[in-house]
Amino acid sequence: MTITVRRVWKTYGPQVVLENLNFNVGDHEFVTIVGASGCGKTTFLRMLLGIEKPSRGEILIDGQPIAPEPGPERGIVFQRYACFPHLTVLENVLLGLELGGAPLLGRLFGAKRRAAIDKARALLDAVGLDAARNKYPAQLSGGMQQRLSIAQSVICEPKVLLLDEPFGALDPGITADMHEIVLRLWAANKMTIFMVTHDLQESFALGTRVLVFDKTRHDPQAPEAYGATVTYDIPLNRRPGHEHPRAARTLATA
Amino acid sequence: MRLVNLHPDRASAIALGVLPFVILLFTYVLGSNARLAENPDDKLLPSGSSLVASVRAYALEEDRRSGQRLLWADTAASMKRIGYALAISAAIGIALGVAIGTVPYIRSLLAPLVAALSMIPPLAILPILFVVLGLGETAKIALIVIGITPVIVRDLALRASELPQEQLIKAQTLGASSWLLATRIILPQLLPRLLDATRLQLGAAWLFLIAAEAIASTEGLGYRIFLVRRYMAMDVIIPYVVWITAIAFAMDWGLRALRARLFPWAGDAK
Repeated sequence: MTITVRRVWKTYGPQVVLENLNFNVGDHEFVTIVGASGCGKTTFLRMLLGIEKPSRGEILIDGQPIAPEPGPERGIVFQRYACFPHLTVLENVLLGLELGGAPLLGRLFGAKRRAAIDKARALLDAVGLDAARNKYPAQLSGGMQQRLSIAQSVICEPKVLLLDEPFGALDPGITADMHEIVLRLWAANKMTIFMVTHDLQESFALGTRVLVFDKTRHDPQAPEAYGATVTYDIPLNRRPGHEHPRAARTLATA
Repeated sequence: MRLVNLHPDRASAIALGVLPFVILLFTYVLGSNARLAENPDDKLLPSGSSLVASVRAYALEEDRRSGQRLLWADTAASMKRIGYALAISAAIGIALGVAIGTVPYIRSLLAPLVAALSMIPPLAILPILFVVLGLGETAKIALIVIGITPVIVRDLALRASELPQEQLIKAQTLGASSWLLATRIILPQLLPRLLDATRLQLGAAWLFLIAAEAIASTEGLGYRIFLVRRYMAMDVIIPYVVWITAIAFAMDWGLRALRARLFPWAGDAK
């Protein structure tokens, strides 16, 4: 599974958000995207998701143009509003199997349901939520809700998992646990992950490749005239999970 | 302590809640006594004993002409009408609300129509209903349905559009079709709101019911009140009004209890 981003621009009227993005992402990469707020990181993720279209250029998955609407091959974890409030934790995770497996009722019965429950509970166990499986999302803490949201996406075995600042609203203490869970699921499921974050430390701690979005040109008279593009594309040749403090420091001062 | 930080304990809260009722009742008794002392035949504020006598006559004794206990016959007739009307309105309301809130094409098609229909004063078309549907039950039920359904539809469509986009996108990445999005994600989240919307329309539903019964009917709570008005029978009207209020209050409470029971995830009703 490879993703090709070819000469992609995104403009809203006269405002240029992204200009001339050009890169390839290979199978099972963990791409972290960093940049100042408003630099188009999330816009790029929304294009991968299929809810925004590039104004120019194209994004290909395995050589095929990306579908113009969200689909089960591309999972998403948002920063908030992650889970369905009317379903219990277990039902939230089951949902992906039910929606995909029962086009009319969206519910599974009998042996299929039991198999789905086993699979969902194994995944809940992996993210440490099995004990809370009968609670509703409103009864969970923010960190637990994000773990639920991740489990919910992963159960569909997406080829690409998109994470939009998934830990931005969490306490720093919880974030380390979350990192470990994401890395474990990434290793187990052979997905390609794109993660938008504003935290440089996090981008280096998790990614196999860091993309930095920034503007290369500024016009003080017309701040909207130029958009951001990839200014640094840093491959990290190592096992993920170890910090690269020097690289992060260099980048922070750049 | 500031006044805003003083909270009554449970017993005082109940006592405070009962107090205005007691004052009202006391004022009524005083007024009634004063008027009856001046004119024993006064009909405006009947005494407690004549109210009790009327209630007994209407609730316990059979009417000489129809052989029915009138209060119960009237209650059954009115409850049947309002029950059918609420069920039909809720069914139409949730179906249209989900459809308008989910599918942009249906929203473009129906939202302006519903907005226009909701502006028609229902009582203005009551004559049309009587002409077209006759003077029977259908016209009365139709009046209530026409009166409250557009409001329920608009409320539910609004709530559907307020669901976070993130949820709907997420469901699509989990493989939901438009149909499953409507039935598994949007509909279940609107059901508690449907009960709330129905509760808020109870007052309007009773208004339309009594209006329809007052104009053309042979039984029903509203019919009875307007019938005995000709004899200035306040001793019947007042117990009927209290009874209607009690029923409406019980329905409101029942819908709230149903919501808490069926949808524990939806939080407390407001």
